[in-house]
Amino acid sequence: MNASWSRFNIASIVLGFAFLYLPIVLLVIFSFNESKLVTVWTGFSTKWYVSLFNNTSLMDAAWVTARVGVLSATFATILGTMAALALTRYTRFRGRVLFSGMVFAPLVMPEVITGLSLLLLFVAIGFDRGFMTVTLAHITFSMCFVAVVVQSRLMTFDRSLEEAAMDLGATPVKTFFQITLPVIMPAIVSGWMLAFTLSLDDLVIASFTSGPGATTLPMKIYSQVRLGVTPEINAVCTLLIGVVAMGVIIASLVNKRREVQRVRDEQAAQRG
Amino acid sequence: MKSLGSIRRSFAPWTDPSAKPYIVFENVTKKFGDFTAVNNLSLTIYEKEFFALLGASGCGKSTLLRMLAGFDEPTSGRILLDGQDMRGIPPYRRPVNMMFQSYALFPHMTVEQNIAFGLKQEGMPKAEIDRRVADMLKLVKLEQFAKRKPHQLSGGQRQRVALARSVAKRPKVLLLDEPLGALDKKLREETQFELMDLQQNLGLTFVVVTHDQEEAMTMADRIAILDKGEVMQVATPAEVYEAPASRFVAGFVGNVNMFEGKVAARDDHTARITGASGAEIVVENAGDAVAGDTVAFAIRPEKIKVTSRRPEEAVNAMEGEVFDLAYLGDMTVYYVKLSDGQMVKASALNSARITEDALSWNDRAWISFKPDAGVVLTR
Repeated sequence: MNASWSRFNIASIVLGFAFLYLPIVLLVIFSFNESKLVTVWTGFSTKWYVSLFNNTSLMDAAWVTARVGVLSATFATILGTMAALALTRYTRFRGRVLFSGMVFAPLVMPEVITGLSLLLLFVAIGFDRGFMTVTLAHITFSMCFVAVVVQSRLMTFDRSLEEAAMDLGATPVKTFFQITLPVIMPAIVSGWMLAFTLSLDDLVIASFTSGPGATTLPMKIYSQVRLGVTPEINAVCTLLIGVVAMGVIIASLVNKRREVQRVRDEQAAQRG
Repeated sequence: MKSLGSIRRSFAPWTDPSAKPYIVFENVTKKFGDFTAVNNLSLTIYEKEFFALLGASGCGKSTLLRMLAGFDEPTSGRILLDGQDMRGIPPYRRPVNMMFQSYALFPHMTVEQNIAFGLKQEGMPKAEIDRRVADMLKLVKLEQFAKRKPHQLSGGQRQRVALARSVAKRPKVLLLDEPLGALDKKLREETQFELMDLQQNLGLTFVVVTHDQEEAMTMADRIAILDKGEVMQVATPAEVYEAPASRFVAGFVGNVNMFEGKVAARDDHTARITGASGAEIVVENAGDAVAGDTVAFAIRPEKIKVTSRRPEEAVNAMEGEVFDLAYLGDMTVYYVKLSDGQMVKASALNSARITEDALSWNDRAWISFKPDAGVVLTR
């Protein structure tokens, strides 16, 4: 393969990355703007970050989002893992195809429809909209993502590990907690992270299912932007980007190091 | 004293009618949907026996092992272990342990923790677990690898960890599913003898599943040859090789020449078999074949002599042409084409460096063999 950098290659890379990151870079730069006007650069300042931390309504929304995220991700992970186990282990039960289709349908369901149908349900059963309803809604739609992640790990799981554990005297329950769970734990953790991120990002479903006093950060940002973009919003978005980027970088570094360590160990083992 | 094969065995409980069988398969059938993996199979295994289940893949040998371990239940029939019916007893309550083909080492545990796993389930005190684990590590010579994880070990080391883990609980019976399948040839030969020593020293009953006949011949006291879920023959390695029960067994284990024919005459001691081309073979051990039976005469290549002239004293001799030759160092293999077109394989041990009357391609040659060199097969 020709590895040299032709002009065409450089141009397409620059264009591609500009397309992806220019808006974000602009947002980050303007969050450090001195001026109150978003589009005019007058000098460097961090004052918008300071005012952000004094803006109680934004901070409240951030706190709600964090709580909804942790709670919904945790429950979605438990339910999603159980669904994945049922789908990979009990392959002979009646209606398995229908069940798996039903678990994965929300993946492609338009969010508007998910949100609307949940809203109708909550209204129908007379459930007061608020923190609980947003959390429930988030569990509903992120559960299937967790199920997909965990199921793909279970597909490659060597069942003889479980058989070996039982053969050595472990009951099925002990086998699950001492062998199965630790082995699929990385997939469960990434399922949790995915669910948490989805909950953090969600605007549509939260708008449908939330009520007074339970405004999430994306909802807050969206409603403020409609009144005009302030550098404060830029600042909060920059922080969000920072948190997400940090998470991705740490996860990939940990993965990379583990991979390198594994390769080195295996080479050492081959040498004997 | 005469004995079949070249080894005399002192351990042979299966010849003793008063010996109590330890593991009994009684008319066991196992079906998976429409597929019959094991078909009305009966088998007895004795205590401290090294028993091999030999067969091609899909013959039901692994299913037998899994039923003994408790992972599968027989569709019908019974399995008895030390007189106790095993039906309905889950794997974690059976006094058997299994060494898996994939080893199934727990990837998140160290070698030590892997070996200790079964002992912990028993609720053994910690000090005793530590002592037992140390013993096991010493037994398989992995003391300095105790703190390693399975992925930090070579294939041979993993195999030994799996072995140590499965014998740590001192099970009554150890089941081994293709225990040497994943090792390279040299390591496999070493490990065969290690396994035999281990079985002797611990006094355990071993049931090993293998598709490698050499492995089964080397290690086992008795071999059960399986085909399509049925037992073809259960016998010592020497009997399986020198006195196969059927054409299938003769062809499955080792190389064999088969002469199809009819029993022309039969008396107490000998039988005369006439081949399709009219050649006659005199056989001493004709079993239960009677005159008129359609039979096969089976003879192993190393029991046939190839010479350039007809040996004077030979009872059975046939003329042919040397079709092909292979010099393998320790022995030479001859392919002789008889006048009726049948190809006969013969092999001779090269016990001398210099050969007086060496044969070449297309030479006329005689094959000859003694009346007791082969067997008559009716099935």
